[in-house]
Amino acid sequence: MNRLRFEFVESFRIAYAQIAANRTRSFLTALGVIIGIVAVTLMGTAIGGINTGFNRSMALLGDDILYVSKHPWATDKDDWEFRNRRDIKSDAAEALQTIIDATPRSQLVKAVPTANAFRNVVRGDYQANAVFTLGTTDEYPEIATVDLRDGRFFNATESRGARNVCVLGCDVADALFPERSALEEYVTLGGKKFRVVGVFSKQGSFLGLFSFDNQIVIPLSAFKKFFVRKGSDTDVRVKMRDKEHVEEAKAELIGDMRRVRSLLPDQEDDFAISTQDSFKQALDPIKTGIAVAGLFITGLALFVGAIGIMNITFVSVRERTREIGTRKALGARRRTILLQFLIEAVAICLLGGLSGLVFSYLLFQGVEAAFPSFPIEFSFGLVLTGLFMSVVTGVVSGFAPAWSASRLDPVTALRYE
Amino acid sequence: MTAEDSAVLPARDRTVRPPGPLVIEIEGVTKVYEMGSETIHALRGVSLKIRRNEYLAIMGPSGSGKSTMMNMLGCLDTPTQGKYEFNGKDVASMDDDELATIRNKEIGFVFQTFNLLPRSTSLSNVELPLIYAGRPAGERRDKARRALENVGLGNRMDHRPNELSGGQRQRVAIARALVNDPSIILADEPTGNLDSKTGEEIMALMEDLYAQGNTIIVVTHEPDIAEHARRIVRLRDGLIESDGPTEVR
Ligand SMILES: Nc1ncnc2c1ncn2[C@@H]1O[C@H](COP(=O)(O)OP(=O)(O)O)[C@@H](O)[C@H]1O
Ligand SMILES: [Mg+2]
Repeated sequence: MNRLRFEFVESFRIAYAQIAANRTRSFLTALGVIIGIVAVTLMGTAIGGINTGFNRSMALLGDDILYVSKHPWATDKDDWEFRNRRDIKSDAAEALQTIIDATPRSQLVKAVPTANAFRNVVRGDYQANAVFTLGTTDEYPEIATVDLRDGRFFNATESRGARNVCVLGCDVADALFPERSALEEYVTLGGKKFRVVGVFSKQGSFLGLFSFDNQIVIPLSAFKKFFVRKGSDTDVRVKMRDKEHVEEAKAELIGDMRRVRSLLPDQEDDFAISTQDSFKQALDPIKTGIAVAGLFITGLALFVGAIGIMNITFVSVRERTREIGTRKALGARRRTILLQFLIEAVAICLLGGLSGLVFSYLLFQGVEAAFPSFPIEFSFGLVLTGLFMSVVTGVVSGFAPAWSASRLDPVTALRYE
Repeated sequence: MTAEDSAVLPARDRTVRPPGPLVIEIEGVTKVYEMGSETIHALRGVSLKIRRNEYLAIMGPSGSGKSTMMNMLGCLDTPTQGKYEFNGKDVASMDDDELATIRNKEIGFVFQTFNLLPRSTSLSNVELPLIYAGRPAGERRDKARRALENVGLGNRMDHRPNELSGGQRQRVAIARALVNDPSIILADEPTGNLDSKTGEEIMALMEDLYAQGNTIIVVTHEPDIAEHARRIVRLRDGLIESDGPTEVR
């Protein structure tokens, strides 16, 4: 056991001396590994960033909400299955609320109906395109974080009376009213004039893709009146009492919805309940895309790197054939020689991996400084992954030459010119 | 020896130490090399007994099979046919790792070309057999130091081979051969790459080692070098031509 440890230390010492003596050669050989590790860490930072950005954005939306809708958010089934379902009417939310209020120790708190679309919003010569248009009731502030910069949210009277009032996201307000406050002004949405009663504070964007500041919120009754041509499908957002008990809340909600929909015991659910996790799953294709691209580049670079290292280790074995013979004459076993050349290959890969990590980290810091909102995140796990991959590459690429070195016949090796 | 030489070198002490137990016994050993279609009979059946405390020279012209014999005796190679017992153990049937252990513990090699590790200091070179023996660092350092001092290189411990003269390199190699306290020292043409004066110095060192109680086999084709030994075995065409005590001129 001691012997193995000493051989290990000695091998690292020799590997270090060997690399130090062949700096350029070692660097060029390690280049593939460097590129591979840079690719894998950049991929990791991107995916990590998406997750963090997602969670941050989800907190904005409220991470204690269950979403009831006709269509599930993420599914591998065909759309037609869901299209033929009965619409969820806006009074479903009211019916749900009645049940929730009547349930003792309910896991649910509040059900609020919502409907949405993307519409252009105009005021005179100014226009904001594809604004997220949300129809809901005056109870919306009870289930979402609503921070207002100006004015107020619309009230129950306006909500029930389908009044043409709206609350603007700050980017929309700034785009349409660059020179003065939007409050009590009118904007045109879908050909109808809406009075601005409030403006949201800045909320930021979701992964830089979807801006929460580019929205307009109006009474659901008004939304139905103007925007829904056929049918009257609505979503219901339900706030949970405790986000730690998602499954219980979900089960309760399914039961409640079945009552609302008057389903018989043998009928399947004709609605879907989604959580943020379902939303998260909708992001999976993006993350998978990044991962596939990243792993492809990583794999390619590490493959090329591994071949280079295998080659250089074979060269090293040939150059040092006599040394191998000498070591064997002094009592080195096959294992000793195998270990020595494996460690040399691993050492080159580890140096490459470390350089790659340092380079990635600097790159990450640069991007972070230049684009603070860009979704990337560096983690300790990435460092471990990078080092692990380097070691594996070293072992894989060094094995064949190290094996051949260990099998050399001592006499032949000593006679080698 | 000329008068001038004896002024530099210590007068040769021809004491013969009493032979100890049998270390090496070979009987009817042959070695055949297959080189493509060609078959080379490097050894054609040699028998030899070597005891502890012997100082033996193996002589013979180039190609007579000296190195082949040496490699065999040093457990670097196994005979094609014949019996080989080292300290009473059958070597011919040993596997690679067992042979490696014998080489490490029982045999000290000295090569014509020194064969030092170029990027390692004298001390590291001498420590190497102790690493393979699994000795702890402190003990390695001490033993390697003592071995280097014993060959007169106490002041060259941290030098690399390229900072040493040929004679000094061979001294490092000898220290390395000695450091594990082997049963036998095998030197294949140890002076072959040295000028004659340095060669004599190395042989004087061998004489000292013999006097200190080591068992030594030297392979050489030079009569001057062989004369240092107490017994000479002459090889010709893979056969032992003669075997007997050294006749001093
Ligand atoms: N590994 C080998 N492969 C093929 N032939 C060899 C090998 N080793 C030695 N020989 C041949 O065996 C004969 C004896 O060689 P060797 O023992 O080296 O002689 P010496 O050391 O006396 O000069 C020579 O003809 C040599 O060419
Ligand atoms: Mg020879």
